[in-house]
Amino acid sequence: MFSYCLRRTLAAVPVMVVVALFVFLLLRLSPGDPAAIIAGDMATPEQLDRIRETLGLNQPMYLQFFNWSGDLLRGDFGTSLMSHLPVTTLMAQRLEPTVSLALLSMALSVIIAVPMGVIAAWKHGSLIDNAVMSLSVLGFSVPVFVIGYILIKIFAIDLGWLPVQGFSRISEDGVGAFLEHAILPAMMLSTIYIALIARMTRASMLDVLGEDFVRTAHAKGASEKRVLFKHALRNAGVPILEVIGTGFALMITGVVVTESVFNIPGLGRLTVDAILSRDYPVIQGLILVTSGAYVLINLAIDLSYALLDPRIRYQ
Amino acid sequence: MTTRILRRATAFRHRLLGGWVMTILLSSLAILTSLAATPVEANTIRAVMHSSLRVLDPITTTAHITRDHGYMIWDTLLGMDDQFQPQPQMADWSVSDDGMVYTFTLRDGLKWHDGGTVTAADVVASFKRWANRDGGGQMLMDHVESVEATDDKTMTLTLSSPFAYVLELMAKPSSVPLFVMPERIASKSPEETLTVEDQIGSGPFKFVADEYEPGNRVVYEKFEGYVPRKEPASWTAGGKVVNVDRVEWINMSDAQTALNALNSGEIDFLESPSVDLLPILQANPELTVEKLNALGSQTMGRFNFLYPPFDDPRIRRAALLAMNQTDVLASLIGNPEFYSTCASMYGCSTPLATDAGAPPSLIGGGDTEAAQKLLEEAGYDGTPVVLMQPTDVPTVSPQPVIGAQLLRRAGFNVDLQPMDWQTLVTRRASQQPPAEGGWNMFFTNWYIPEVWNPLVNPMLNGRGKDGGWFGWPDDPELEAMRNEFAKAGSDEERKMIAERIQKHAFDEVTYLPLGEYSIPAAWNNDLSGILHSPVPVFWNITKSE
Repeated sequence: MFSYCLRRTLAAVPVMVVVALFVFLLLRLSPGDPAAIIAGDMATPEQLDRIRETLGLNQPMYLQFFNWSGDLLRGDFGTSLMSHLPVTTLMAQRLEPTVSLALLSMALSVIIAVPMGVIAAWKHGSLIDNAVMSLSVLGFSVPVFVIGYILIKIFAIDLGWLPVQGFSRISEDGVGAFLEHAILPAMMLSTIYIALIARMTRASMLDVLGEDFVRTAHAKGASEKRVLFKHALRNAGVPILEVIGTGFALMITGVVVTESVFNIPGLGRLTVDAILSRDYPVIQGLILVTSGAYVLINLAIDLSYALLDPRIRYQ
Repeated sequence: MTTRILRRATAFRHRLLGGWVMTILLSSLAILTSLAATPVEANTIRAVMHSSLRVLDPITTTAHITRDHGYMIWDTLLGMDDQFQPQPQMADWSVSDDGMVYTFTLRDGLKWHDGGTVTAADVVASFKRWANRDGGGQMLMDHVESVEATDDKTMTLTLSSPFAYVLELMAKPSSVPLFVMPERIASKSPEETLTVEDQIGSGPFKFVADEYEPGNRVVYEKFEGYVPRKEPASWTAGGKVVNVDRVEWINMSDAQTALNALNSGEIDFLESPSVDLLPILQANPELTVEKLNALGSQTMGRFNFLYPPFDDPRIRRAALLAMNQTDVLASLIGNPEFYSTCASMYGCSTPLATDAGAPPSLIGGGDTEAAQKLLEEAGYDGTPVVLMQPTDVPTVSPQPVIGAQLLRRAGFNVDLQPMDWQTLVTRRASQQPPAEGGWNMFFTNWYIPEVWNPLVNPMLNGRGKDGGWFGWPDDPELEAMRNEFAKAGSDEERKMIAERIQKHAFDEVTYLPLGEYSIPAAWNNDLSGILHSPVPVFWNITKSE
């Protein structure tokens, strides 16, 4: 197991190197100039040149890459061209909102979607099954920002129960304030994942419920609850876990719409802001970190298979 | 037996469903009933400005949000009042009889946020940094023999040749005001942008570095050591009396979210609401919706003078005839309550406002036939007009679409190229031919104080490729008239010269002024004393408990 983990982690190194090179080149070859953004409307070409020189952007591209890579190996992601704050500080400011929101959304998705999928499979072909599948299609089809605005209209504006925007950190304001601000965005964000996980759970459960061992369990007089959750769900768990893991990774990096609608200062908005202002070090740092997160989450998913299915062993 | 199994199954199903539903309902109810929307704290103003604060140096950048940040923490040497007159702010002044020596004397009680005392050496360093960067400052420096601190509280500016616009340039409210910074900070080159540690001013608010989150939040605290002037506040002049403890600028990228936050009382002030959403704000009796910047902004189009077809004045004139302000403004703003046509390059509510040289068609619906005729006479050969269209900024994205349509109607071959604003900003600096990454035309907007006289209006700079603004017209006649304007001794003389300049600029079609607009701000009625000013300021505001 240890050597498997080590090999997987080492295998991620060339992936990260390629990502770093790709991102660096892509940014430098795409249109846009941070100096022009900093200088604003009235800058003359001479002023732009001087700003580029100050930022080190007039150096040859290979030199810029080697400087950046060298700093990276020392754990230095560089500083923002705009605010002059370290990239790690900027990412640290935005990490908690994104991760806590993703965790809450995923918890909400699993709590709601897995029972929905199990029941739909158990009552295959019934009204409940059709209702779950219809809701699932709806969850896939309605754009998330529409769901967000509907939730805001009902719970924040009409009922006045929750704030319309903003974020409170658990580390600063406690769980209550966090939930107050995060529950609506989590509901918005989880809609599509509820649809996805419910469908996957239903499909996996349908496969498993037709197996001989389920019939045997019934014949042995096992309760319906035991058959569904002890025998069937556990055997159907691998693909469900795959969807949950991938979904979590997507949540970390793909929540920009939710963050905009609810004004949450997360990594998604930081990425968009950095791209719009061509803040190269921030973009590079963010992409590297999120790529690393993908690799780690995928590794965690692979390892968790063994917990659900003892037949899976890692060499 | 069968009945018992069915009963058990049904009971289990109910338990499963019921338990699941009840858990969710109870959890939700517990959360919802125990929590309510957090009201804004008393004595803290939460404001959503027009954009997020990225760059912290109001001298390096001309971004308006950075200028607004500058007004929070740095004081200005002079201010400008609502009669367009320079007024003392940090310093009073006297002028020698021959108009060649200006002496500025700092008032008492000026302290830096870190406890130091403001001295004339700080002012000299700040003046030099500003003059190095600002277009008006550069022009002023062409006439300056020396700037020096003659004692701790006195700065003396000696001219080498007559220049009558010294005080107006030093007092201008936008886009690069003369903010006074500590000498150690102002000694940096204008290209070396200031950092978080450099945010030390002597202004009415202090920057709270620990709470600064770029792209999300900027926090200011009242500077207890600030001594405001005694005169009533007017624009950037007069007493900057702070009546609140904190001001927080919260960035909201989504217009609907900002509107919801204001409607629900989670923020107090929204500087620039989306025009489409204004009726919702106006319908809320707990809010005030009002224009704070009565001068507004000018939207305009600019040609590249270096390459065909707009290197030919006849073709530029054809484009001028093809344009009409009403169509552009209607597509940009929509509601006529918030825009007006204006034939003045200096804005229509300013002392220099004039319609000299403007073709009637500009504010009268355009003259497509005349444009077609002129284009034919000029021998236009169908050279494509590369028109840059930013798609991500609502205040500059409609103009190119309408402009392209009006030009096509007149016979131009327009290549409308969509891009994001930052790409446009980069590309417009290119002096390459349009086919090699250059351009022929773009549109942008200006605050009226940035165009209100020939010295500060960047489009009226005729210095060409070296020193001119994007588009680079090389127009010595225009430059000579601007110099004449700078030396003019009376308001009447200035107005006459400004009219001549505008007439010349319309003849040469130096640029296309396409009308004015002013979007109101919206705020909670708990706020009072908000100043009408061309730049948003947070002094003088009181927030009721």
